Amino acid sequence: MTLDLVQAGAAAELLDIDPCNGLRTRLMEMGLTPGTHLSVVRHAPLGDPIEIKVRGYRLSIRKQEAALIRCRPL
Amino acid sequence: MAPVTDPDRRQRIIAVAGNPNSGKTTLFNALTGAHAKIGNYPGITVESRTAEAELPRAGRVTLVDVPGTYSLTARSPDEEVAINSLLGRKGLPRPDAVLVVLDAVALERSLFFLMQVMEFGLPVIAVVNMIDAARGEGIDLHFDALRLELGIPVVGTVARRRQGLELVREALDDLLDGKAHPSPGWLWEPGAELSRDLDAFDAAIREEVRFSLPSPAARRAFALWLLMSVTPHSELEVRPRLRDLALATRARLEAAGRDLAREAVAARYAKIDLLAPRLITRNPPRSHQTERIDAVLTHPLWGTAVFVTIMGLIFQTLFSWSEPFMGLIENGVGGLAGALRGLLPAGFLRDLLVDGVIAGVGGVLVFLPQILFLFLFISILEGTGYLARAAFLIDRLMRKLGLHGQAFVPMLSGYACAIPAIMATRTIDNRRDRFLTIMAVPLISCSARLPVYTLVIALTFPAARKIGFLSTGTLVLLGIYVLSSLLALLAVGLLGRTVFKGRPRPLLLELPAYRMPDPKTVLMVMWERSRAFLTTAGTVILVMTVVLWVLLSFPRAGAVPPGGPDAAAAQSEQLRHSYAGRIGGALEPVIEPLGFDWKIGIGLIGAFAAREVFVGTMGVVYGVGGGGDPADDTLREAMLRDRRPDGRPVWTPLTGVSLIVFFMIAMQCMSTLAVTRRETASWGWTLFMLGYLTAAAYLASLIVYQGGRALGFA
Repeated sequence: MTLDLVQAGAAAELLDIDPCNGLRTRLMEMGLTPGTHLSVVRHAPLGDPIEIKVRGYRLSIRKQEAALIRCRPL
Repeated sequence: MAPVTDPDRRQRIIAVAGNPNSGKTTLFNALTGAHAKIGNYPGITVESRTAEAELPRAGRVTLVDVPGTYSLTARSPDEEVAINSLLGRKGLPRPDAVLVVLDAVALERSLFFLMQVMEFGLPVIAVVNMIDAARGEGIDLHFDALRLELGIPVVGTVARRRQGLELVREALDDLLDGKAHPSPGWLWEPGAELSRDLDAFDAAIREEVRFSLPSPAARRAFALWLLMSVTPHSELEVRPRLRDLALATRARLEAAGRDLAREAVAARYAKIDLLAPRLITRNPPRSHQTERIDAVLTHPLWGTAVFVTIMGLIFQTLFSWSEPFMGLIENGVGGLAGALRGLLPAGFLRDLLVDGVIAGVGGVLVFLPQILFLFLFISILEGTGYLARAAFLIDRLMRKLGLHGQAFVPMLSGYACAIPAIMATRTIDNRRDRFLTIMAVPLISCSARLPVYTLVIALTFPAARKIGFLSTGTLVLLGIYVLSSLLALLAVGLLGRTVFKGRPRPLLLELPAYRMPDPKTVLMVMWERSRAFLTTAGTVILVMTVVLWVLLSFPRAGAVPPGGPDAAAAQSEQLRHSYAGRIGGALEPVIEPLGFDWKIGIGLIGAFAAREVFVGTMGVVYGVGGGGDPADDTLREAMLRDRRPDGRPVWTPLTGVSLIVFFMIAMQCMSTLAVTRRETASWGWTLFMLGYLTAAAYLASLIVYQGGRALGFA
């Protein structure tokens, strides 16, 4: 599944990031590498963006980009 | 201005680098005195900050605040400046040592950045900041293991509480003395294929690169940096030969189906993951402070309520609470002008000083209260971590409008004044959205337009008429605000699809843990923003004020008698006679299709100093004195009595509406242009702003006036 579909409060393991836009390298540099565990903390009140916790810090990305992140629910 | 080094007495230079939100700036401010030098790196919109610090043994050293980035791969101006400052490229001085600030809570991500720096072989010390916050999160860091595994000095600090600064100073001293023997280098080994690719750059780098990369390992690091940073679309300044080599290698990698991000980025993280158990022990968190605060501040109901309250407070402060301070400055300047007028003998010099220079200084200083207030709010919100949450909350709405969540505060500030608003766009982290926001801000109706609206509404819409319980004037004013907001959004939509083509940048926003802001950093931000405004935009505003004064006061029509019944008439005569008057006359054929005559033309020229000056200029043109009170009946009556040569009244409702529309859109504020020049570091963009807004204003007024006449409203 993709990260935008992960429920708030659920955890997942990152499998890979779709290379279709230039964001893949940047996300990896911020620690979102294959095999990393992350959790979805919440969705913003308007439904977008989402807040995730990864490698000890909180990061907010839009669903559009989260849809490029393939992950496995834990 | 990039930092310059004096060859005779070269001070040691220490670059302070690290991730955003790592407390890098707080540490920088804690180590240095109160006087940071700020300037612009040549040709780009990134600011440079340098300051002096005192070390126990090395004495005075220069600290360079490197822009906070998550990586040294150069895709943005900030990242480009970061690599250039570290390597001493593009005419920047090469640092003698690098201090990398690590975020104790996000240690793994910080280590990635540290590894990139170490690979270049620069003398490095690592400062793990915010260890108190890490303890709260249940993170225990093992410093001995860190030193051992990284092979460089590692120090723990809490910069906000000034804890551990002595250790930092000692570590820097040891490093500069050569006592520390740091052995930075590669902590990971690229795969065989990537190694071969990188070594293929070696000869070219040796020939092409003028700055020293001391070792094969450092040249390898530079080769990897080229490979990651140089893409077909990137505007990086790299020597053609290296650029071509990087692009060719990249293409070859892609053709072979290899994955550079995995080979270079994920490989570093693999090493970090391998080391992590020895460096970090994770216990259950002791403090749930951030979670608890977030539960309220990002809650659909309470979070929205807090957001609206905070934004309302900012708006209210800029819009009305800064008025008394602005009044004080205006009165102070007025008093000084009056005193000088009494002291100096009458003549050109006195007029130049009093009406030109002092008026200009007043025109600059008057913006300070709003700038100080706005940056007080912004730096506190940024320091606490709320600014990122605000962007998180509002991003979806802003995106529908074609902007970034971080553009909300600057746009909101625009209702008070475009000057602080444009300065506030610095909080937007990508260039495209930042420039787009800058271009749209002047369309938001700022408070300087209010006196003009009030005057014209009073002229053209009799207050007696009511619709429901609201007078027409109030309704028109409300309509103006709604319409101007819509116009700003329309501009964002149009410019975003044309001039700033390309996809809106993705949002990648760290939500830092909540903490108390550092008071010194808050004060430094306020002080530096004000100084930046005064020294750059202020100079331009001052010069333009004097030029305008010359245009409005020369050539002399004769001596203007002070006071007395003839003074106003003489003033009016002087203005008609002046260069501005002649320009107004020359403008008449151009602005006639909009329903404006030469008197309004003069008003438009005067309005360039500041929009509200239009009212005073009208007072002078109509010979009732330049008091500039839009509620003044004498001016209104004089204007209503005014007739065109053919006997028709000048001020018809249609002319009024046309003028309001013109004022809503036109770029008539030299201060905004001056601050745009500073924040975009480009005259091209500044002239573009002037051009597109003037053209749009002309067109809109033309449609309104000619359309109105066709419909029989004249």
